[in-house]
Amino acid sequence: MESAVNSHQGRVGALLPVLHSVQDKLGFIPTEAVPLIAGALNLSRAEIHGVMSFYHDFRSEPPGEHVVHLCRAEACQAMGALNLEQHARERLGIEFGETTQDGLFTLEPVYCLGNCACSPSIRVNDEIHARVTPDKFDELIARLESEQ
Amino acid sequence: MSPVKIYVPKDATACALGADAVAESIIAGASGRGIDIELIRNGSRGAFWLEPLVEVEAESGRIAFGPVTPADLPGLFESGFPGTADHVLSLGFVDAIDWLASQQRLTFARAGWIDPLSIEAYRSMGGYKGLERALRMQAQEIVDEVKDSGLRGRGGAAFPTGIKWQTVLDTPAGQKYIVCNADEGDSGTFADRLLMEADPYQLIEGMTIAGLAVGATEGYIYLRSEYPHCKAVLSEAISRAEREGLLGEGICGSGRTFRLELRIGAGAYICGEETSLLDSLEGKRGMVRFKPPLPAIEGLMGKPTVVNNVLSLGAISTILAEGGAHYRDFGTGRSRGTLTVQLAGNILRGGLVEVPFGATLRELIEGYGGGTATGRPVRTVQVGGPLGTYLPEEDWDVPLDYEALAQVGGMLGHGGIVVFDDTVDMAQQARFAMEFCAVESCGKCTPCRVGSVRGVEVIDRVIAGDRREFNLQVLDDLCDTMIDGSLCAMGGLTPLPVRSALRHFPEDFGE
Repeated sequence: MESAVNSHQGRVGALLPVLHSVQDKLGFIPTEAVPLIAGALNLSRAEIHGVMSFYHDFRSEPPGEHVVHLCRAEACQAMGALNLEQHARERLGIEFGETTQDGLFTLEPVYCLGNCACSPSIRVNDEIHARVTPDKFDELIARLESEQ
Repeated sequence: MSPVKIYVPKDATACALGADAVAESIIAGASGRGIDIELIRNGSRGAFWLEPLVEVEAESGRIAFGPVTPADLPGLFESGFPGTADHVLSLGFVDAIDWLASQQRLTFARAGWIDPLSIEAYRSMGGYKGLERALRMQAQEIVDEVKDSGLRGRGGAAFPTGIKWQTVLDTPAGQKYIVCNADEGDSGTFADRLLMEADPYQLIEGMTIAGLAVGATEGYIYLRSEYPHCKAVLSEAISRAEREGLLGEGICGSGRTFRLELRIGAGAYICGEETSLLDSLEGKRGMVRFKPPLPAIEGLMGKPTVVNNVLSLGAISTILAEGGAHYRDFGTGRSRGTLTVQLAGNILRGGLVEVPFGATLRELIEGYGGGTATGRPVRTVQVGGPLGTYLPEEDWDVPLDYEALAQVGGMLGHGGIVVFDDTVDMAQQARFAMEFCAVESCGKCTPCRVGSVRGVEVIDRVIAGDRREFNLQVLDDLCDTMIDGSLCAMGGLTPLPVRSALRHFPEDFGE
């Protein structure tokens, strides 16, 4: 925590880089971290809450082992993203923003991964997958499950 | 004998299609057969329909194979790969592939040819010539060169870049900033990503020249978090440029300073709007600001700031190296230079097409694109991102330039073209436009924040056949209110896709 704050202190608009550093390390931004960040950057806790809740990326609860981002934007829609979305919800048994019971997967919507010539796209952690069919989605999930 | 050079792109789309596995299989296959190779991870050429596109350097040029999967490799090796191979995936010389050869690559001239991180390779293809020239020029001369080129901002608003720079140059301040808007959030666009992944020094060079032109010593690239590959390439490129004395204090041995920092967004479409981006860079919620004051006068931290899109800054090195007139000679009317189109969605040959302004939509969709991926008829295309118009077939013969497209009620935006086949439900597309606005509105203007939520509800009532005429009138009024009462394009342009869907495809709305 301290190193995350210290490495960015004094920079223009340090809050986003600090929040990113904490989340990159821990996967989320724990409630206890907020007053520490606030103190270090001379901001109020409310300001930090305001920023965290504005951006889709920041989370205050730990995510599953793998975060699956499913693209819902137009280019992917044109290639069946809505069908894939329905399939993913059923396969994982969760809605957007939820984590599976076994703590393996968190499902999130995303609006464009910049892979629009080979839609539909999903992002699993930092890996992008192109032309994802329901079958391909199942294979991917099964592979990640078996790696446990 | 020197090793055979083999190129496999490391671009996000190529990797999403298995390029990493292909690279591994090539290394394993070559070592198993005792073939001495040097594998280079290049950027993509943007012919995404051919990715993973493998290239082998031969005496007379580069021979391409694609799209290659790991399963194809044993067969490829058996037919003689990486030597002369008669194989079904062989595409001949890469620069003779018609889809690429017929393009006019200025901004993307190096994309795919080089290892993106090699400064030496960048220089060998004309890189840093523009900066060297700029270092010998007065600030006003650099700005004049950009004005002369006729370059207009490629982010979507098409504002003349040189005029923006002039304002920043003319505004006295102790500190000025160059900000690159790399928050490429429009669905159907990937040109910024491709440029940054395939040729990052071009952007770095462009930003450095911008710094010299307006007297800014600090720059930021605001990159969206949805682009992890890009983040890796840019961070490494910036470090290398610093080590080579191309960034930081005393650039190229001159007395000039330009520091560059990469900042990552956090998932907010609105941060592609320049004032919201500036608030985000300052560590705040990305709320849209009132204009005036213009960012060129009071931008980042209240200081004069150039905010330019990746492609605008990417064009700068060419303009400085070759002269503004060279760039201006491409194009038509008031749209000068080249147009970067991205063919996306339901398209057979999707990817990046750079051509002079003036090509028609039909030439792009049917010519380059080859129609839909599903093989069904194209019903509509959305041009210019999620805030862009849905155009029916009768409008596809319009030339793609800023003014001509505006005449049919469209906008070019960032040049994304999303193709839909005849299974698309246009009422659902209109509904999605409102839904997206509700999710991504910064919340400052009520017509955008609340109007979009009401828009979804009203469209749902129309679809359900609930007092159709009355609710269509409500929707129309709501669109007017959003257009008139929103500060930025989010609320102001969301009515474009909604109204165009309704106007051109009323049969989908339960007529």
